[in-house]
Amino acid sequence: MSVAATAASVGAHQSAPILAVSDLRTHFYTRDGVVKAVDGLSLSLDRGETLGVVGESGCGKSVTALSVMRLVPPTSGRIVAGSIRFDDRELLTLEPSAMRAIRGNRISMIFQEPMTSLNPVMSVGQQIAESVALHQHLPRRAALDRAIEMLALVKIPESRRRAAEYPHQLSGGMRQRVMIAIAMACTPTILIADEPTTALDVTIQAQILDLMLEMKERTGAAVMLITHDLGVIAETAQHVVVMYAGRKVEEAPVKALFARPRHPYTRGLMTSIPRLNRAPDESARPRRLTEIPGMVPSLIDMAGGCTFAPRCAYASEQCRVAYPPEVEAAPGHFVACWNADALPEMVRA
Amino acid sequence: MTTATATATVTVAPPARGRFGEFVRRHPTVAIGGALLLAIVIASIAAPWLATVDPITIDPSHRLRSPSADNWFGTDRFGRDLYSRVIYGGRVSLVVGLSVAALATLIGLTIGLVSGYLRAVDAVVMRVMDGMMAIPAIMLAIALIALSKASIFIVIVAVTLPEVPRVVRLVRSIVLTIREQPYIEAATAIGTSVPRIMLRHLLPNALPPLIVQATYICASAVLIEAALSFLGAGTPPEIPSWGNIMAEARPYFQLKPWMVLLPGLFLAVTVLAINLVGDGLRDMLDPRLARRM
Repeated sequence: MSVAATAASVGAHQSAPILAVSDLRTHFYTRDGVVKAVDGLSLSLDRGETLGVVGESGCGKSVTALSVMRLVPPTSGRIVAGSIRFDDRELLTLEPSAMRAIRGNRISMIFQEPMTSLNPVMSVGQQIAESVALHQHLPRRAALDRAIEMLALVKIPESRRRAAEYPHQLSGGMRQRVMIAIAMACTPTILIADEPTTALDVTIQAQILDLMLEMKERTGAAVMLITHDLGVIAETAQHVVVMYAGRKVEEAPVKALFARPRHPYTRGLMTSIPRLNRAPDESARPRRLTEIPGMVPSLIDMAGGCTFAPRCAYASEQCRVAYPPEVEAAPGHFVACWNADALPEMVRA
Repeated sequence: MTTATATATVTVAPPARGRFGEFVRRHPTVAIGGALLLAIVIASIAAPWLATVDPITIDPSHRLRSPSADNWFGTDRFGRDLYSRVIYGGRVSLVVGLSVAALATLIGLTIGLVSGYLRAVDAVVMRVMDGMMAIPAIMLAIALIALSKASIFIVIVAVTLPEVPRVVRLVRSIVLTIREQPYIEAATAIGTSVPRIMLRHLLPNALPPLIVQATYICASAVLIEAALSFLGAGTPPEIPSWGNIMAEARPYFQLKPWMVLLPGLFLAVTVLAINLVGDGLRDMLDPRLARRM
């Protein structure tokens, strides 16, 4: 199989990032004004690594993913500035046909909703074969064989029989396995997973994550994992980008981020997770679960200053006047907050 | 048969009845309508072998005969055998009905798919369609035939044109719903091109309601053809069609009512059969209902 060869070639050039997004601005033009869904985002993804992108709903995570795929709905949205370099090619200026050759082949995507992301009138085998036939120019028969092989790889039992079934005959977890099979069928270099487990039962979530990681190991793909679930990030990612209101507020290796979150927003996210595995020697009185007050601001008319300031407990006068620059607080740990150094040590449960 | 498939079929159909019996029980309208329609189609195709004589041979010595062993439905005012004319007349009705349904569906499907998927085309095309919809089929046919010679082809064109916009609207509305489905976005995300998305994803979803619509168009085309022929603006008078047989029999209705009623009965049964098939198909082809059997 070609998988081994791909994995080997991945090891050869470890240096340059496979995906480099810089100063990406994706805006939506609505009746109420311009929504700056992504506003000056930069991030990079190394070969074979897993990058977690975290943030609340509406902070621009999904739009970032769609921008990389160049799938921003053309009716209202547009990438107004920035650059997305994939394997030393600029994606934003690529011809539509060249972009189609990359989608599903070199960069694949898994969507949040496994229930509706499959065509109800095509058998799942056909849907996997579609991508293979498209990019590897295999005849139908061979593409279908490959589809059955993929179904077996994503651990769907009786893959030959299942390939002939329609999406409504499969459970949610099975459908998400099929989505993974579609995404991985052409052994992509990058897999973008947009909230892949959000719509699933907790017990299935772990299985799907494990499966994704296993497929990643098998193919050597880099994964951009978009989620609002810090628990998922902690288990899977090597690197984390925290997004708020269309911008990156913090970026760090996963251990550093969890050891010492430097942005008040990241802290807010962490303290709003209930914890069950508390050490017994700690105080018997359970820590009260805190929330981040307020909502993600409307991305239409954002005043100057830090976008998080209205919800931030540590906001100072400076925060309301100017947006903080991104600084490297520790090696590889970037944060955009005026008061990052002044924050009190976080009480870890 | 292997045991595995045997048990599989048992869960789907009760063992006593065959697949055919099961189908009839489940979709009686399709079965009855289909059987009637099939009988009429076979009769029209096999017309020369069904004890008919040449439907346009004039025999002045046998005019306006009542039904008898020789002339089952009697004869018309030129002495032509009415039974033969009615059986042959089915050919015109079916040819017009089926061609109009096929043409209107094909043209409407193509325009509807493009118009629903490409917004730029949509605005212009839909206004043209609105305009076309305003033309009544019968008026258009009369105008076209006034401009040229009466022929079945002209009838087909005249009936097809006003039906196209109805198909376009149907297909477009389906496409507009489906194009927003996540699986279309997912298909785009694996690099599928726009024409391929139309053919592989949109078309199969649009097909079931379209087939149903096609049967209704077929039924209405059969009726409009009969109406046109009745008015003398349709099928040329020498070719027998249910409409012009009835038109010619009109003066004798009080004396020999069967001359009007028999072709009328054939027309009514044909239209009923097509509509029954259409109704049954609508229930049968709904993917959510059908595939859960």
